[in-house]
Amino acid sequence: MSTVTGVSAADQTPGPDGRRPLQADTASTGRMGDRLFGGAATVSGVLVIVLVTLIAIFLIVQAVPALMDNSANFFTSRVWAPGGEQPAFGILEFLWTTVTASTIAMVLSVPVGVAVALFLTQYAPSWMRRPAAGLVDLLAAVPSIVYGLWGLIAFAPVFKPVQSFIQDKLGWFPLFAPTGISGGTICFIGVVLAIMVLPIVTALSREVFDQTPTAHKEGALALGATQWEMIRTAVLPFGRPGVISASMLALGRALGETIAVTFLVSALADGNPWSWSLFNGGETFASKIANNASEFSNPNKTGAYIAAGLVLFVLTFVVNSIARVVIERRKAFTE
Amino acid sequence: MAKRIDVTDLNVYYGSFKAVEGVSMTVEPRSVTAFIGPSGCGKSTFLRTLNRMHEVIPGGRVEGKVMLDDQDLYASSMDPVTVRRTVGMVFQRPNPFPTMSIYDNVAAGLRLNGVKNKKTLDGIVEQSLKGANLWTEVKDRLSKPGAGLSGGQQQRLCIARAIAVQPQVLLMDEPCSALDPISTLAIEDLVNELKNDFTIVIVTHNMQQAARVSDRTAFFNLKATGEPGRLVEIDDTTRIFNNPTEQATEDYISGRFG
Repeated sequence: MSTVTGVSAADQTPGPDGRRPLQADTASTGRMGDRLFGGAATVSGVLVIVLVTLIAIFLIVQAVPALMDNSANFFTSRVWAPGGEQPAFGILEFLWTTVTASTIAMVLSVPVGVAVALFLTQYAPSWMRRPAAGLVDLLAAVPSIVYGLWGLIAFAPVFKPVQSFIQDKLGWFPLFAPTGISGGTICFIGVVLAIMVLPIVTALSREVFDQTPTAHKEGALALGATQWEMIRTAVLPFGRPGVISASMLALGRALGETIAVTFLVSALADGNPWSWSLFNGGETFASKIANNASEFSNPNKTGAYIAAGLVLFVLTFVVNSIARVVIERRKAFTE
Repeated sequence: MAKRIDVTDLNVYYGSFKAVEGVSMTVEPRSVTAFIGPSGCGKSTFLRTLNRMHEVIPGGRVEGKVMLDDQDLYASSMDPVTVRRTVGMVFQRPNPFPTMSIYDNVAAGLRLNGVKNKKTLDGIVEQSLKGANLWTEVKDRLSKPGAGLSGGQQQRLCIARAIAVQPQVLLMDEPCSALDPISTLAIEDLVNELKNDFTIVIVTHNMQQAARVSDRTAFFNLKATGEPGRLVEIDDTTRIFNNPTEQATEDYISGRFG
């Protein structure tokens, strides 16, 4: 996984008796085993926080000097010329491409992933459930370079006609305006990312749906719920925090995905006009940094790329915080 | 609002395992019938066939006939969803929906039936909570989670949820086995009131409870482990506990086995 999300299904899922696990400070007996294990766990916990903080500090320290020398507006400029006497660079294009492609990936993968998870836990015949679940878990572990290769060689030719079709029929709408780029458009990358994160959403959602207590499902059925109504009354509300966590994990991966995207993007030439079209090319943060790793020749140039990385870092952080808030707001109802 | 149940020669299977064999009985409307018997004798299994909840368990099926007045519950045209809307059920462990408020828990069944009008819902929720003797305790916190109530309150919430859809029959599967004696008493009082409106069937392990709440008692038993459970006898509760026809019943209620 390319990011740490800080959101976990296990935090929110009540135990079989509906209670959350005992908290460490109240459960410890003060004996040797408890002290050792408690100490080890505390050290690990602190270590993670320290690491994340250090990474943030590293990014900021490296980025600030470059940002001070920047002659363009970092957030609204589309120029990227960090070298030379007068460095000028802005992230607008990367931000747009990254966020749009990831949004497309989420819009496609979350509903489908949840549907597949529901199928596997509620509808599929029992002989099929375990093998299919194993297959999905396996898919979630496929390295992204494989998705990149597959996207480039097998999927791109299939997607091209779809893309032209949408441009023909809906081209009057700014988001679907034709741009002349036919290869790795934002839309294409979004779709490949969707396929890549789909197994993650599915595997984690399946896990939580599977844990829905029989008592809740029977409670709904005994009221005269149909299977779909039972799912809506008992399974989906129970799995909601887990689905949100799964989506965040998937979004984190989509935002930061590097190798597959680097493989597929069509970089835009300097000075091309701005377009809202999803069929435009463009680099994401991750692909821009990866494509230019060989250019890290002087600290200021490097700093510009690190600043871009910092924005990606903050972006994932903000997204996860929002997910946290969403889950916390309904917390009283999940315990 | 209450209907008679007529069961004729009912066998229940889970897959190829015959769990219950040859049960015939009549349950009168507006009465309480208690099912007693040792663990594993099929009384809960049989209870679930009265609203087709056994079909939720993989491989569950029945042979025989269950009539609710003149409706055949197992007619091919009969939808199990319709059956469960007519025959409500309360489970062993209180199972309010954890993500719903007290109000929404009671309204859940009505919403499934398509009732949307806020006034109608408010009215039925209040009436059902009153009917379950819970209204005074929760009326100021209807929007709080149902899972935040005590065990006994949760069970009464589940009863309110079940009666909100106005069923003809209410099945209760050991409704007090997870509750303390005071909550148990509250549920028993409630059963006494509910029988004015509903046909009630209650499974219990507690013979005093059966004696206290029921008009009629059915004793289930099985010959040996692995054999199907059978109905030994059903009679007026006073008769079952004082002068049963069958020796097995006498042995069970006097504590000589089981």
